[in-house]
Amino acid sequence: MSRFDADVIVVGAGPAGSCAALALARAGKNVILVERGPFAGSKNMYGGVVYPRILDELIPHWWETAPVQRWVVRRSTMILSDENAFTIDYRTPSWGEPPYNGATAYRPDFDHWLSQQAVAAGATLVTSTTVTGLLRDPAGRVNGVRTDRPDGDLSAPVVIACDGVNSFLAKEAGLYTATDASNFTVGVKETLSLPRSVIEERFGVRDNHGVDIEILGGTSGVNGGGFIYTNLDTVSLGVVLKLPKLTAQSKRPEEIIAGLKAHPAIAPLVEGATVQEYSAHVIPEAGLSMMPTMVTDGMLVAGDAAALCLAAGIWLEGVNFAMASGMYAGRAAAAALEKGDVSAKGLSGYTDLLENSFVLRDHRKLKNIPGLVLSDRVQSKYPGFVTSVIERVFRVDNPNPKPGLRRIVREERKRAGIGLLDLVRDGWKGMRGFG
Amino acid sequence: MDAKITRDATWPEISFEERIGTAEFRIHERAHIVVDGDTCRGCSTRECVVACPANLFVPTSDGGILFNYENCFECGTCYLVCNKEGAISWSYPEGGYGVVFHRT
Repeated sequence: MSRFDADVIVVGAGPAGSCAALALARAGKNVILVERGPFAGSKNMYGGVVYPRILDELIPHWWETAPVQRWVVRRSTMILSDENAFTIDYRTPSWGEPPYNGATAYRPDFDHWLSQQAVAAGATLVTSTTVTGLLRDPAGRVNGVRTDRPDGDLSAPVVIACDGVNSFLAKEAGLYTATDASNFTVGVKETLSLPRSVIEERFGVRDNHGVDIEILGGTSGVNGGGFIYTNLDTVSLGVVLKLPKLTAQSKRPEEIIAGLKAHPAIAPLVEGATVQEYSAHVIPEAGLSMMPTMVTDGMLVAGDAAALCLAAGIWLEGVNFAMASGMYAGRAAAAALEKGDVSAKGLSGYTDLLENSFVLRDHRKLKNIPGLVLSDRVQSKYPGFVTSVIERVFRVDNPNPKPGLRRIVREERKRAGIGLLDLVRDGWKGMRGFG
Repeated sequence: MDAKITRDATWPEISFEERIGTAEFRIHERAHIVVDGDTCRGCSTRECVVACPANLFVPTSDGGILFNYENCFECGTCYLVCNKEGAISWSYPEGGYGVVFHRT
């Protein structure tokens, strides 16, 4: 009989935790998955698309059972100035067929489903239990967690912290050096009720096909962005706001949402919709520069808890990074247990798996993009500049002849107060940064 | 770039009480967030008041901050933006309590 309650304690049954538990259970390990909400997913919200490719290797034919709202067949990036909008809109029916590229889903449904995959594989899910701290052996190695249940200590040679963006466990373990508010945004969202037929008419989709629109601008001067995406009979609309910038002005999050909804390019999409659910969540936005040490003696950190959220302008992903990092953490923990070495060194296979996969490769490649996208110039000057260039390109001003593209760009750049050198520098940064 | 975005709303306006009423909160008797009244009285910047998505920080006439933990999203915005050491003691609610999302 082992002196431990389990081989591994996984804290948090979000996408990272459930994939970690699933990988461990598959490897024959005794794993306890602890969730503070009454059910997995009950504390989770996001800004809207699950990119599920990594699930192919964990749950073959996952799309036959996953609780999906709509398959994203239309992906738009919208640039908003005061009244104007410029949208890049891509659509393809092929994303509406297996194996699918992306899906909208309600996180309480999706995360619950994912946790049940771990349970089916043999993991023990314990809900309504808040982990309050780490347990350590006399040498200081992590070997369990304290919970808010009476006699609630749970011991294990390995703890995987998937406890979300605020990760008090990663902080307690000393894996973060400091917490800087400017690395975070707050996402605030309205789930808006509309009849299914109205959604399909307004967004130009049928059946269970859906749309994801990501927005630069429209956030009332607060650095960040917006999003709208379709569920079956609701539309989710929200804003993502850089924390120090949000507090520097006097508009509250729900007022910034109201401003976005009132924009002439957005209002017709959500007209008449009632708020079904209002929600908020913090996002680790700064990518590589804010990441913690991923491994310490007896402990790994994955998902938002490890700041593995990709906020790189045209790419906004998180659930896939959580699922993959959780899966790799689970595999590395299983391998370390096999070898009988759960020290930081024994668990370091996790870092290798992250470095050799999209998880850290994408973050390394795009390490300068989160900062660029949230920079003042990109946020406050470029949306107006871009929309006025486009306006002049498409405006027919007869009898005047067309001004020519170069002249338009020069004049509008000056009007927007953007220095040529700054524009070139940002352009170069973007070209290099996007790899 | 914001000033002009005030147009006629084309959707039903709701009060903040109605808005927060759309989310489910299972309220525990213990406050999971505690605010230090004395520190807040001496704070002039009050980042929490504008930033908290649940609007839980309300300035009082005597210069303090009235705080309600009941309708908290547990997002962490308040402690992240607060620049006063020790003003906000933040932890998660008891297991099974707090916000319960459904269509998020």
